[in-house]
Order: sequence, then structure tokens, then C-alpha cells
Amino acid sequence: MLGTRATEDVASGDGAPPVRARGLVKRYDDIVAVDHVDLNVHTGDVYGFLGPNGAGKTTTLRMALGLITPTEGTAELFGRDPLRVGAHALEGVAGFVEAPRFYPYLSARKNLELLAALDGAGAKDRIDEVLEIVELAPRAAHRVGGYSHGMRQRLGIAAALLRRPRLLILDEPATGLDPAGMRDMRLLIRRLASDGITVLLSSHQLPEVQELCDRVAIVDSGRVVYEGALADLRRQGGAGYRLRTTDDSRALEMARGQHGIEHAVANEHGLGFQAEEKDVGSLTLTLGQAGIGILALTPELATLEDLFFRLTEGEQARSADGAESGAPGAQAPISERKAVEIG
Amino acid sequence: MSSATASPAVAARAVTHPRRPTTMTIWRWELRKLVAQKRTYLGLAIGIVFPLIFVLAQSLRQHHGHGGGDNIFFSEVTQSGLATPVLTLLLESAFLLPLAAALVAGDIVATEDGNGTLKTILTRSVDRGQVFAAKVLAAMTYATIVVFLSAATATIAGISAWGFKHVVTFSGSVVSAPKGLLLVFAANACYLIPLLAVVSIGVLLSTATRNSAAAVVGTLAVTLLLALVTVIPGLEGAQPYLLTTEYNNWHGLLRTPTDWAPIWHSLWVCALYTGPALAAAYLVFLRRDVAGG
Repeated sequence: MLGTRATEDVASGDGAPPVRARGLVKRYDDIVAVDHVDLNVHTGDVYGFLGPNGAGKTTTLRMALGLITPTEGTAELFGRDPLRVGAHALEGVAGFVEAPRFYPYLSARKNLELLAALDGAGAKDRIDEVLEIVELAPRAAHRVGGYSHGMRQRLGIAAALLRRPRLLILDEPATGLDPAGMRDMRLLIRRLASDGITVLLSSHQLPEVQELCDRVAIVDSGRVVYEGALADLRRQGGAGYRLRTTDDSRALEMARGQHGIEHAVANEHGLGFQAEEKDVGSLTLTLGQAGIGILALTPELATLEDLFFRLTEGEQARSADGAESGAPGAQAPISERKAVEIG
Repeated sequence: MSSATASPAVAARAVTHPRRPTTMTIWRWELRKLVAQKRTYLGLAIGIVFPLIFVLAQSLRQHHGHGGGDNIFFSEVTQSGLATPVLTLLLESAFLLPLAAALVAGDIVATEDGNGTLKTILTRSVDRGQVFAAKVLAAMTYATIVVFLSAATATIAGISAWGFKHVVTFSGSVVSAPKGLLLVFAANACYLIPLLAVVSIGVLLSTATRNSAAAVVGTLAVTLLLALVTVIPGLEGAQPYLLTTEYNNWHGLLRTPTDWAPIWHSLWVCALYTGPALAAAYLVFLRRDVAGG
């Protein structure tokens, strides 16, 4: 029969995690766009999928939605693999990958009517409601070809909400929005999450992720370099401190020589470093014995931005080292990979 | 955006096996998309304008006292309005109607790929096979509409100019006007057999190349190549198996007695083009990575 890619029974998916990816790999000739990615999005998560441009986020999402075939590995949505069970796997799933795309020669309402027809299950009855939510009702009769980028993003959200999703996959939803639009988008995502929708938010906007997400995966050069709770990541990042003394240059020298003090640098506030609390105590004693007065010592938790750059720049350095050394399994440097459009 | 107004009605709730759309639903939307696109009307215009130009030219020719041509219908054109749709089909069948069919068939998948809307529809509750079937059906529907629109225009214009009268067949026998009208309809229906094979080739190129212009031009290039093969000395033996030869399959209907052999022959010859083209296009569509847009 036309229209089915598999004849097997489709599992109900009840109890299965919204997203579960195991060992996802996508190669384009010699280029590894996605390299053994595992993802675990749990019910109720607002899950941030973070990475620099070209890190493989969009390619991973495309594989999860069955738009492209993985070279290796599997991705399941509520326990169902889109490549094996086709559209059944997308029940309860909505969103967009890269920018949402619509038929420019149709109005927003006609676009939504078309998508509602492809959704079935009474989606057409929700068109007015979702247009109201994204505040496009007054422009619903206008052709999408004349819409701004921000309006298309909002229409993308409306199209996703038509499906009454249990899992919402949003790929850079705030890209191209003005500050007010970004704020509104964040509020909407938070509201949808509070309504019980699991959200998988792909982004390179760190403040957005820090504000919205409780769990994150950080991907760089096609590999997941961290997956887990955002709070755990920040704890793992270690406590940071700011220090101002009567002689910052000598204090920096001594801090760098002190056991347990890491990443000591001079900055506009004096010094910055990371350390366990006990090692901070030892440092203050050492400085005091050396006749250096402490003017201010302020603890700071690492921000997501700090951690992100620490993880991703560390990965880049390791990749470059591996490539130069010709070590077995070494990947191409990131600059080379970014030369290829991998979505 | 009014995040504050996000009602619980769109909140998460269990969705278990909702009623899914049928292929016919998708096909209807494919037709609605065609209706909304300007390029659709180019093919329809070909089907309308050519018969009108033909009738106008023959009326002027008649006015200046010129006689008929080599073809029996050319000599009969001013004797019965029903000769007009036969002649316009004869003239349009080799290039204009395949061009009109290729305009949509070559575009129907490639444009969606280029615009990124393929990913939009493939992440809804429809399978790729359904989308493919709907697109093939829509392209074939369009080709059918163009052919019958052209025939209807030619018939109405011809009858308006020269009346609804009996018509002479290729065999020289005379058939009544109502039967002549039926034969015109049947001839156009028979012509659809090779034209739908052209549509299939267009869909294959549209799916495989992901480039609308390349697919449209490629489809025409294939038909022109097949037409050229017929005039290459030494390849006469291939002629009965060429798609372009089948454009004339309907001639047997306009003989007395009716010669059905060319129609049966065209059915299986065209199936040799249609089947593999659609099968290949289906497999490409099913397995392709949707990475555009």
C-alpha cells in the first residue's frame, strides 16, 4: 500500500523518553558532521542543545526527525524510530529545524490549513487559537512571502502548536528576532513548558539556554562534550573567585605557584581564579605572610558561557592536536569541517 | 507574542494514534498549491491560446480563399468544427503538450526541496510514500486538465467557426457529429497514455536533480532525443518502442474500422517508461536526505 514505510506494529511509545539517540553518526564523504552522539531528553525537560555554528546540532535534529538517514546509530521519539515506522514516530512531536519554511504564495491561514490537513485529528479547529497565541491573527490573510523573519518564526511556532505536541523541537527559535521578540519567544517557551510540553531547544544563544533550560547537551565538532543537568555542569565548572590586593602582579605570581589554584589570570577587577574553598584559605594565608593585603575576595559561580567556551575550545584544541599528530581516529580540524554545509 | 494567552487547550496531552490524512487529502492540497502558483497558468495558457490561434489563422486562410493541406483534416478543417480539435492535437502532441506537462512535473518535487517546504510537510502526520503518490497524481491530473482544456477550447472554437457537422475520418468514411465528438474525446484520452509517461520522467528528474529548471528542460530533452532517434538511419527498428512514436497512438480511432492495435501497443510501451521512472523516483524520494532549506 502506498504511504507506509513499514508494516510493523507501532509501539504506543507510552513511558518511553521523548528523545533517545544512541551513537548517531553522519558522514559526508570524509567529513564527520555528527560523531557518535547520544541524547537523552526526559519527559518535562526543557533541554538545551548547545553548540557553535556548524557543530552538528541541526544535522542531529534532522536525523531525530527522520529527515536524513544516519550513517550509524538510531534515534527514537517516544520509543519510535522515524526511519522504521515513518510518520507514526512523529505523533505528539512538532517543531522546526533551521528556519521554519512555508509556501510563500499562500497566506498564513492557508499554510496552517494545509498543515492541519496533513495532521488530521481536528488540527484545523485550532488554527484561530494558535494564530492568536503568536499574535498573527490580524495578518493571517496576508501571503507569507511578505512576512518578516520574525513573523515566520512565530508562524513556525503556530504550525507546531497545531499538533498539540508532547515534544516541541525548536532549532534556533530566536534567531533573527529583535530583543522584544526574543523576550516574547522565551516567555512563550517557558509557558509551554509549564503546560507540560517537553522542549528540545537547539541554540547557540547561551543566555537563552541558561534562562530556560534545566538539562543541556553541549556539542562541538559533531561530538557531545557534556550532557546532563545545567546545575551539575555549573558545579563541575568549579567555583570562581575575584581577588583584589595591594599588589596584584605579585599576588598573581604567587597564586599561580599555589597548589589547588587554577586558571589564575589578571583582569580588570584584579585577579580571577578557580579553586576549592580550602585552597582559597591557604592562598590568603600565603598572601598575608608575603605582606600582600587583601582588599576584596568575591566568590563567583561559573556562567554557562564560561563553561561552554571551556568545553568547546578545549575540544577544538584537542581536535587540532590530534589532527596534527596524525593519531588514529583523529578528526579533521573544525575549520575544515565548517567549510562543508552540514546544516 | 502573547505567551500569557497560551491556553491549556494547546498544552501537552496524550496523543495516541490520531486519525491520519489520506493520500487523497494530500493530493487535493497539491492541486490547491498548483492553483495558487502563477507558473501553473502558463501550461493552461498553452492549451487555450494555441487552438484559438489555429482557428483564427484558418479563418483568415479561408477568407483569402486558400484550400486545405496534405492531411485529410486540413482539407476538412473548414467543413466541420470537429476537425479542429483533431488537428490541434496533432500539432500540439509532439512539443507543446509535453512542455506544459513538464512544467509542473519537473517542478513539483524540486521546488519544494529548494524552498525547504519538503521538510515542513515531511514532519507532519504523513508518510513519504503518501506525499510522493499525491505529487505524482497531481502532476498527472494537471497534464490531463491541460489536454482536455485544449481539446475543449479547440472544439468550441472550431464549432463556433465552422459548425457542429459530420466529419471525415482518416479512412475517408464519414461519421456523425455526435460520434465525431466522442472520437475527439477518446483521441485525447489515448494521447494521455504517452503524456503520462512524460510526466513520470519529469517527476523522476524533479526528484533526482532537486532542480526545477534542470528537471523541466531535462524532460523536454528526453522527449526531443527520442524524437530525433526516429530519424537516425539504422535505428528504424527502435521506432515502435519510442515514447514519441506513441504520441500518434490515437490515429487508429479515426479509421474505419477502428484500429485498436496502436492503442494496446502504446499501453505496454508507455508502461515500460512509466513504471521504471516512477519506481526509481519513489525510491529516490523515500531514501533521500531532506537537508535543504
